[in-house]
Amino acid sequence: MAPQIDEGLRSELQKQGIWVTSMQELYNWGRKNSIWPLQFGLACCAIEMIATAASRYDLARFGGEVFRPSPRQADLMIVAGTVTKKMAPQIVRLYNQMPDPKYVISMGACAISGGPFKQGYNVLKGIDRYIPVDVYISGCPPRPEALLHAFMELQRKIDGQRLTGTPKADHLEATHPSEFPVPEFGAHDLQPPANPALFHPPEIHR
Amino acid sequence: MAPDPYFFLIIFCGVALTFPVMPLALAWLWRRFFQPPKPGPAKNATYECGVESLGEAQIQFHAQFYLYAIIFLIFDVESIFLVPFAVAFTGLPFGAFVAILIFLLLLLEGLVWAWGKGCLNWTK
Ligand code: SF4
Repeated sequence: MAPQIDEGLRSELQKQGIWVTSMQELYNWGRKNSIWPLQFGLACCAIEMIATAASRYDLARFGGEVFRPSPRQADLMIVAGTVTKKMAPQIVRLYNQMPDPKYVISMGACAISGGPFKQGYNVLKGIDRYIPVDVYISGCPPRPEALLHAFMELQRKIDGQRLTGTPKADHLEATHPSEFPVPEFGAHDLQPPANPALFHPPEIHR
Repeated sequence: MAPDPYFFLIIFCGVALTFPVMPLALAWLWRRFFQPPKPGPAKNATYECGVESLGEAQIQFHAQFYLYAIIFLIFDVESIFLVPFAVAFTGLPFGAFVAILIFLLLLLEGLVWAWGKGCLNWTK
């Protein structure tokens, strides 16, 4: 983030009891400290997500304790667990129903790539085939500390998003889509198997 | 000069208006200058756990359910009235006593009706 106020001047002013800020900083500060996740879990990773939200690991320290049972009030979707092909359309639809700005954490090997069930006929090989993911956490399951780390990474990302100029935050860009096509059940797989506008698997050069 | 006694009401109305209108106005300004609205078919649809909702929300309950209403009146509402009646029993004037008896009689008719309909039978 480009500093809009001279840091030296700012700390000098702070010593005198004067706090200066900008609209962007205020906006991002408010957003990053009250991220409300959508309350849903898919498989074993969800247990770790529950542990993270409970008192021992206490997601509330980061402002993320308000798990919302409705996408209308959620900012963050934690895809915690195995995404079956039967479930994928619902997840995309829930993501579509969340209001902007919205973020996605892909938690665990399953949500990233299908994990241990990658060869399964009924498992989606990564939720990033249909919705944009902001933070990936590896692990099977990732420990609560890993989810906390992902949460802090997300906060860092939110803090760096710009209100004006280019590149702006995605949700402020009028051309950036807020809804993505929901896949349909086909004869053998979901149709389409991935959203080509979103999904760019790394190419292997040999 | 003492302020007009109704002056507080004016302040009250002013605060009551400002409080809800200000966030709405701020949200509108924010939309106008920073965040373009992005409505869509899924976003505007009814929320139902991620699946598309089926049928109407304005369904009508069948008139058969009146039996449940009768049973509820007899065993829940009546018992609430019976407790104060029992407590104040000795000190009641004659008119009040008759009124509560009529009330009990009405519910008793309901009980007889429900009994006759076989609602109180255990199904095995
Ligand atoms: S990544 Fe491992 S722990 Fe998480 S849902 Fe998949 S199998 Fe379960």
